[in-house]
Parts: sequence; structure tokens; C-alpha cells
Amino acid sequence: MSAQAALAGINADYAERYGFRDPEEYFLKAPKGLSHEVVEMISRLKAEPEWMRAFRHRALDIFYAKPMPTWGNTEMLSRIDFDDIHYYLRSTEKSGRTWEEVPENIKRTFDRLGIPEAERKFLAGVTAQYESEVVYHSVREELTAQGVIFTDMDSGLREHEELVRQYFATVIPPDDNKFAALNSAVWSGGSFIYVPPGVEVAIPLQAYFRINAENMGQFERTLIIADRGSRVHYIEGCTAPVYSTNSLHSAVVELVALPGARLRYTTIQNWANNIYNLVTKRAVAYEDAQVEWVDGNIGSKLTMKYPAILLKGERAHGEVLSIAFAGPGQHQDAGAKAIHLAPHTTSKITSKSISKDGGRASYRGLVKVRRGAHGCKTTVECDALLIGAGARSDTYPTMEIAEDDVRIEHEARVSKLGDEQMFYLMQRGLTEDQARLMIVNGFIEPFVKELPMEYAVELNRLIELEMEGSVG
Amino acid sequence: MSQQPIFSCSDVHVHVADREVVKGVDLAIPAGEIHAIMGPNGSGKSSLVSAIAGHPAYTLTGRLFLDGEEIGELEPDEKARRGLFLAFQYPVAIPGVTVGSFLRAAVSARRGQEVPVRDFRRELQAAMEALEMDRSFAGRYLNDGFSGGEKKRLEILQLLLLQPRFAMLDETDSGLDIDALRIVARGINQAARGGEMGTLVVTHYQRLLNYVEPHVVHVFMNGRIVRSGGPELALELEARGYDWLQPEATAAGGVA
Repeated sequence: MSAQAALAGINADYAERYGFRDPEEYFLKAPKGLSHEVVEMISRLKAEPEWMRAFRHRALDIFYAKPMPTWGNTEMLSRIDFDDIHYYLRSTEKSGRTWEEVPENIKRTFDRLGIPEAERKFLAGVTAQYESEVVYHSVREELTAQGVIFTDMDSGLREHEELVRQYFATVIPPDDNKFAALNSAVWSGGSFIYVPPGVEVAIPLQAYFRINAENMGQFERTLIIADRGSRVHYIEGCTAPVYSTNSLHSAVVELVALPGARLRYTTIQNWANNIYNLVTKRAVAYEDAQVEWVDGNIGSKLTMKYPAILLKGERAHGEVLSIAFAGPGQHQDAGAKAIHLAPHTTSKITSKSISKDGGRASYRGLVKVRRGAHGCKTTVECDALLIGAGARSDTYPTMEIAEDDVRIEHEARVSKLGDEQMFYLMQRGLTEDQARLMIVNGFIEPFVKELPMEYAVELNRLIELEMEGSVG
Repeated sequence: MSQQPIFSCSDVHVHVADREVVKGVDLAIPAGEIHAIMGPNGSGKSSLVSAIAGHPAYTLTGRLFLDGEEIGELEPDEKARRGLFLAFQYPVAIPGVTVGSFLRAAVSARRGQEVPVRDFRRELQAAMEALEMDRSFAGRYLNDGFSGGEKKRLEILQLLLLQPRFAMLDETDSGLDIDALRIVARGINQAARGGEMGTLVVTHYQRLLNYVEPHVVHVFMNGRIVRSGGPELALELEARGYDWLQPEATAAGGVA
């Protein structure tokens, strides 16, 4: 079997595993297109406070005023038709607290995706979002007793308005970029988490996002606040069915790590290959806090995502560990930003990408050290693996260093899935498929070992499926 | 020699791109025998063994037999599963893959069935002890950051575990200090002296042959075997170098 034939099967079974669709049964579906009326409708439906309503309208004006990005894959971006998207869809009247309360068809979907099963096994809490609204939500009682808040963003706003108002859009203001503005105008769902001082959440909190409808936009909004000395790990996963026309996912995720807190955010994004995934993620780390983004991009048509960390307090530490897998027709434009604003802050960016058969992966990174932020240390490591013909990898690293007393390490490597490595393994009796999978698994090992076990197993399985040859 | 050879080849030619680097080689190696191929750098001896193993950069014509069956048309992994082994001159690093998991996959492939973890661990430990390797070795990434000596030792560890029918050792002695050489030689002898395996040692120097005594020595120059003889031939080469055989090499060239 030729290498090309063996690799032809990338994501071949996506349609079967994740790509199934439910019939669209909607309680409420906004008409296609974006307008102040749609924004008004969303806000009224949610019975939001006035400040949020005003915030949304202001954000929409910013969205209108801002041009599309002139960098990245502008050709793909230009194909987004903002008038052909439903900005709000609600399938059910309310969110269930027990699995039984969730409507049957949606329950089947999440059952098929393994969500309640995963929850039983190892999660401290789980949120499942279907289209625009959260449909299921549960948190272990002991966490609630400790004062941990884990809920969907809408409930967060209703039940903890002061807390939300204090932090909402402080890390990513609506004028940050066009898609952050869009999200700010039409956001719905997402997770809201608050961990009180000193509380350590030992097992991960999880959310799962599912787009079912065609031409749907999902704009979840997540805000996580880890108070002083607390500890929390949040994980999210996402899938969607495969349609002939594209859908848009544009989330905003804000993390706040107060002094001494440790906050880890893990995503394995496995959207269908016709989703535009344009996401803004940013964290603020105060003194002695640690923030880690663990970011896996397997699916989507175009992903533009650069998790950022503002190291605002002394000795804060930030890490971004990411992998991207770009198959045919996919462009993963991912990266990281580390902004050193205080002395003795440290950051580490590790980016790994695999481009296969015409797929394209780009690393776009920014490391910035502000004047006065002395004694900083930063390490950037980019590692790209090319498989098959026409695979492409680019790196766009930017460094803006306004301080002399800093230590910077930058390393970038591009390698082709090597004939020598393949031959070595095959000389030991491994088949071509086994050899290729072993090399790819080795390549992503530094990422996989940072995942909780169940996720590591799932990711390995995903990669295995993607690497498997289904010939013909 | 009445015994049927474990490995034999006839009229083997090897091309790299358009250049002929091996120009007609015949070999017949019975079980329990060690043959040595000695030759100056660039004579084509590494090309010969790489091509026999099926390296994609080489084009081989001629016939190859393993255990009486023709294997010339087989893929490298099929050859390997039938018991053809090449100890690499320059083993490649595969980061992220542990020595332990790689070895278990290789042993499972060779035996045609999954080897249970516990059995494998026991086997691995015994083999590692024989080669005086630290246990932590199994947890390291394959050849990643290994010293030259460590790489060669790992090749011989694989030789012991995979129990091939025919092993080709390509410059296994290069880059080894004298202690490592002794240990590696012990491993080769352990595998080769059982009488089940045929061995072809490719080397530039006589050094390894002090520890791994060959039954037959072939002198390889300009892509051909120019002379074959007993172990004493290796000593003669050590004493006189290769130049005195140059006329024979040239003559052989004329024949083709």
C-alpha cells in the first residue's frame, strides 16, 4: 500500500462518529442575519440587565466598524457570509439538572458522544451546550458546598451578576478584534466558573459544545475566575455534523488567575471540516499565579486561535502547549501569545503541528516584554511535521522585547515524516501504517502526556483513526 | 558445504539514483556461520546490506533467498517479520516513542502475535542484563539523545530479542570504546553461536573480528567481492591494508 493511499482516510469516519445530525426541532430560531433587532431579541429573551443589553449593542457597532483581518487566511475568511448565519437557536425551553430532564433527541446526541458516561467516570462537573443554549448541567455537591460556582454563562449572569460584571470583558474587550466584537454582541451559553480562595478542585470540570443545525453560529462565552491560591482544571470538547455549507464558531474565553492561583484550560477541538473556528482566548495571571492553555486543534475548516497570557503580576508563569492537525482542505492557524508585564515572569510556548496531504498549519506567535519587566524568561518551541504531498507549514513568530535583562529561547523545526524513520521501524517488522502511527504518536507525546488519561486515550484513538488507511 | 544456506543471494546489483554501487554479488551463509565483509570506506558494503533489507533509496536487482524462499520482491517489513535483521550503522531517533513500547511492538510483529506485557518485561530485562544496560533505558525515547555506544547497544538488544534467521550488522563496531565493544561482541556471539542464525558482519576494521570470529571473510572493493578466505584474511588486511588488492578489484571490474 502506498503512503498516499494509507493516508487518504484522514477524518474519513468523522461523519459516522460525530457527523450524525438530529432533525432540527427548535423552540426558537432567530432569522438569518445580523442586526440590532437580533441582538435585542437575544438580550430580551434572556431577560438580561440593562448594562449587558447596552454592551451587546455597543459590541455590534464595533463589529460593523471593524474591518475583517488582513492577515491569516484572508481568502477563506472572505467566504464567510455573515448574512447567511443563524445567530441564535434554542432547542429546549430550559436547561436540565438531571439527565432525564434533557429532551430525548439531544440526550441521544450526547449519549452517542459519551458525555454522561465521561461524567460518571471522572468529572467533577459537566455542562453540555447544544446550539446556543446549555441543555444539561451538573456539579458535584461537595464542590457547591465549598463555594465553587460552575454554571453556564447565562445563569452566571442571572445568579452572580456582581461577580460577572466585575470581570466580564475585562480581559477581552469587544474592540479587541472583529470576532470578539461579534461574540460580545450575540454571545449565548458558555461556562462561568468561580473558585473561591484556597479551594482546590481536584478533578476536571468539563463542558461539551455541539452544533447541530446548518448555517448556525455558536458564540459561547466563557469566564473562569480562580481566586487567590485556588486551583482548577477546565476541559472542553466540541463536535458538529457535516453539512454542505459552513457554520461559524466564534467563542470568547477569559481566564483570570488571581495571586497564587493555578488555572489550566484544556481543549480538544474536533469540529467538522466545514466549521470556521475563530476564537479569542486570553488569560490574566497575577503575582505567583500560573496559567496553562492546553490546546488541541484537530477539526474545523479554518481555525484562527492564539491563546494569550498577560503576565501581570511578579513571578507569574504561563504556558501554552498546543497541537494542530491539518488534513486536506484544512488550515490550522494557531499559536500563542505571552505578554510579560511584570518582573520575573516566565512563559513557555510549545507548538506542534502536523500537516498532511495539502493541509496547512501555521504557527503565529507573539512574545512581548514590557520595559521594566526585568528578569523574565521565555521559551518558544515550534515543531512541525509534514506528511505527504502538498502539506504546508509556516511560522510567524514575533518578539517585542523592551528590556535587556531577559532570557529568550526560540527554536523552530520543520521535518518531513522521514523515510529513514519509516525504514527503521519497518525493518523491525512494523507495517507501514503501524510505523507511521508510531512516529506521529511520538511526535504528539509531549502534548498527550499533559492530558487526563481518558482524554489521552481518546486523542490517541482520534489520531489513530485519522492516520489509518481506508483505501479506495 | 552441503548444508542449505539460511541466506543466499545471486548476481545482486544495487543502484542509488543512476549510479551502480554494487556490481554483482553472490553470497551463501549457512546457519551458525558468521561471514564478514571488509572493505574500504565508500566501497558499497553498507549499500549492499541496506538494499538487501529494502531501503527505499536503493534499487536492487538479483535474487535473494531466506530459508529457501525468494524474498527479493517483499516489502521491508515482510522481510523483517520473516527474520531478516539489519543492525543499522546510524540508527535514527524517534522522539516520543519509548524504547520499551517500540521493542514490544517489534517483538510482537516478528512473532506474529501480541506479547503479553509481563512476559515481555521479563524477557527484556534478561536481554538488557546480558548487555549490561540500565533498566531506565526502556523508558527513554528511541535513540533520542543516545550516545553512539548506546545506539549500538540498543541495536544488539534488538538482535537478541527478535531472534532473526539472518542478521546483517553494519559497522556495529564504529563509535564503540573497548569495553562497549566487548559487551556488544558478547551479544553478537550469544545470538550467532546458537547455530540457528546466519550472520553477516560488515566492518571497516579488523577490531570487531578479534571478538566475533568469522568463518569466512569477504573483501569488498568497488562494489564487488574481490576475494574470500578464512579468518586469516582479516589479519592480512589489518597488516597490509586494502591497496594490495587493488589490481584484483580493477580486474574484477574489467570482467563485468
